[in-house]
Amino acid sequence: MTSTHSRSSFIAPLFRRWAATAVAATLVAVGMPAMADDITVYSARNEQLLKPLLDRFTQDTGTTVRLLTANEGALLARLAAEGNSTPADVLITVDAGNLWQAAQKDLLQPVNSAVLAANIPAHLKDPANQWFGMSVRARTLVYSKARVERQSLSSYEDLADPKWRGKLCLRTSKKVYNQSLVAMMMAELGEPKTEAIVKGWVANLATDVFPDDTALIKAIAAGQCQVGLVNTYYLGRVLNKEPNFPVGLFWANQQGSGTHVNVSGAGVTKYAKNRAGAVKLLEFLSSDAAQHIYADQDLEFPANPRVNADSVIKSWGSFKPNAINVSKAGELQAAATRLMDRAGYK
Amino acid sequence: MGFEDAHWHRWARMSLLPLALLTLLPLAVVLGSWRVSSPEVWAHLRTYVLPDVLANTLILGLGVGLLVVFMGISLGWLVAVCEFPGRAFFNVALVLPLALPSYVLAFVHVGLLDYSGGLQTAWRALSGSTQGLPAVRSLGGATAVFALSLFPYVYLMAREGFMRQGVRSLEAAQTLGLNRWQGFWRVAMPMSRPWWMAGASLALMELLADFGTVSIFNVDTFTTAIYKTWLGMFDLAVASQLASLLAGVVLLLLLMEKRARGRRRFAQGGQASAALGAYRIQLKSHQAWLASAWCALVWLAAFAVPVLQLLVWAWQSAAQDLDARYWAFVWHTMLLASLTAGLVVLAGLWLAYVQRLQPGRRVGAMVSVATMGYALPGMVLSIGLFIPIAWVDQQLAELAQVLGWSTPLLLKGSMAVMLLALAARFMAVGFEPVQAVMQRITPHQEQAARGLGLGRWQVLRRLFVPLLRPGLFSALLLVFVEVMKEMPITLMTRPFGWDTLAVRVFEMTSEGMWERAALPSLCIVLVGLIPVVLLVKESESSP
Repeated sequence: MTSTHSRSSFIAPLFRRWAATAVAATLVAVGMPAMADDITVYSARNEQLLKPLLDRFTQDTGTTVRLLTANEGALLARLAAEGNSTPADVLITVDAGNLWQAAQKDLLQPVNSAVLAANIPAHLKDPANQWFGMSVRARTLVYSKARVERQSLSSYEDLADPKWRGKLCLRTSKKVYNQSLVAMMMAELGEPKTEAIVKGWVANLATDVFPDDTALIKAIAAGQCQVGLVNTYYLGRVLNKEPNFPVGLFWANQQGSGTHVNVSGAGVTKYAKNRAGAVKLLEFLSSDAAQHIYADQDLEFPANPRVNADSVIKSWGSFKPNAINVSKAGELQAAATRLMDRAGYK
Repeated sequence: MGFEDAHWHRWARMSLLPLALLTLLPLAVVLGSWRVSSPEVWAHLRTYVLPDVLANTLILGLGVGLLVVFMGISLGWLVAVCEFPGRAFFNVALVLPLALPSYVLAFVHVGLLDYSGGLQTAWRALSGSTQGLPAVRSLGGATAVFALSLFPYVYLMAREGFMRQGVRSLEAAQTLGLNRWQGFWRVAMPMSRPWWMAGASLALMELLADFGTVSIFNVDTFTTAIYKTWLGMFDLAVASQLASLLAGVVLLLLLMEKRARGRRRFAQGGQASAALGAYRIQLKSHQAWLASAWCALVWLAAFAVPVLQLLVWAWQSAAQDLDARYWAFVWHTMLLASLTAGLVVLAGLWLAYVQRLQPGRRVGAMVSVATMGYALPGMVLSIGLFIPIAWVDQQLAELAQVLGWSTPLLLKGSMAVMLLALAARFMAVGFEPVQAVMQRITPHQEQAARGLGLGRWQVLRRLFVPLLRPGLFSALLLVFVEVMKEMPITLMTRPFGWDTLAVRVFEMTSEGMWERAALPSLCIVLVGLIPVVLLVKESESSP
């Protein structure tokens, strides 16, 4: 190290002090094992959305919750690599596709709880009870209030119609939300028909696909395009800041099978050390008190049908959700991704 | 070579193994994926994904490569050898973009320049046209932002190269009848080649491994194909196969670069730059203003404007997000960055030293392997390291149970995995600057030191380390800043409660809340300024 050098001016003392602190801090970081009744959560849902809930749980029960967030791919890989020595008791993630993957990779275990069965509707959970949807997110049409007649909107399929040529904005097909949407369409319409629709979307694009829904909504407002597909809470966030934002929301496929919905959800890991605590946390998340916070934090819809949604959301009116079990999205996700590649949807 | 020497040489060579192993392990995991064959997925990729992806990667690589070399060398030359208004300021200022992660630069520029951004909105209002300006979310936009983000590697190294080389060789060129322009092309450029090529290869490796920036620009590259195959098609095996192809290409490039560089000697006498300031070329009026304008343009686009935008956004979200936890984020970031930097620079010094002692193929190959982690996508590298370490961990846990110990050793819960993965990723960054300077130490200097009866360790400590100081210091700074900006490895391997500033950026950007990501991004820039300023101070005080 340079510190041995006689000419080193201000670096050497700095270095020595740093080395001492660094070693001490590393030791401290290593030596903090979990207590027996702690619950450890791996979450791909954002920390700022989850933390208030976990704090509330700790307040109510006195149980400490340790939280580690990361993206879903990394979390599932980490969980799989850790095997039976994983510290994680609960996995929380967004999108049914990811939850289905976790179950498929044998990372979760079934939970038979009367509370969960009563709180979470059947189409929002795994048929084998390995995971439970905790909030519902609808992916539907948004449009420019200035340029589009509401009556001209109808369904996802309609966006493939040539009348929308050069007027449609979409987010990248790499986002799991779009993969799930297309997967659900495949489940309903079959592969050839879905592919034709997606090709129609691509032909109608006004510009390259967007990296996120918020940018898409802004592009509609700016006049780059007129209609698009987003998760409703992204529009909710914008409307919370600017109530008169010139982009409106339209519930897709109300004449047909209903608007595409997906979930963010949770499951107990296969090798949970604190299974009882993990189940208790899931039950808490599905309860009336928690559902408010869970959904309102992100302007999503509560999965528990007895709980009311936030006021911004209510202003969009009630809608008919598609009732196909959301786990279909996981089953067909890989096929949907390939379909979108074939259709040239970037 | 005596017996003792031979013994020592073998030992030195073997000591490189653990360093190479850090990247060999993940590579082995990645290569192991070839056991699984998925002809169907491959056929799909070949038809629908790879053609675009290969073309994009190639164009991006060429475009960014040329641009960073042009920007880095021109700016480095101006600042090191010429005199013009603002030179002293730009000398420091042009290093600052290093502190700005390229994904942050990307989302700021897209926010400013996209159709719905301020500039284009104003343009439409003024011109009355509904047609936008050229799209920023494009291959061209991505190339420009990568160049703005990565040119400091070349700049930093080229500047160092020109300064070390000094005016003496240029004067010699002049006495031989070459004009200034010829002197630059025929003397300065070739002689500083190890420097700027080291910088350029760092920039290209970083580019090949990038995922965050290309996603923002929606440009499909090899890395996005890897991630899509993994996360969209759930085929980790094919994703790994793709990753191993990428690694192969990088290895090839590294070997080619090494061959090109290895044929020449770059050794030169030490004190050439002692009084460089007095000899600086005074640029004439319009030339001088052009030089200032070029520096200012790059600095504004790569640093000043983005940071101003970040400031505005951070101001808006600070009330909501800024709390006491930020002290912990900053502390974790700095600790992690400095620990990794220390480790990596020691390892880089050792790699460069052993390679100098034994310039043969065997050591060369090990060095190439040890430094190629920089071109592996972070998530691939961390999974590749995590899987074997988790396996070892489980064996240890079982052993502990058999022995009746109550607390099993948990490697993966500690900082060890994170540090190892980060070290593997940034080895090249620690190695390249040291190696560039090492090439300039003459064999005579070494022989003289040995002749004075100094042992090998003493030669390393008392001759090399002092002479390598500028290289060691650039390496320390670069690794420190890189670790601060690093996202995928930190995200996946960090222990509980070890959130850093980059993790905060992830939390916000993953939900498309770019404005709220400004606050942690700005903190990264502020913390990054510390080592950057230290570096500049140090390089000015060193001989």
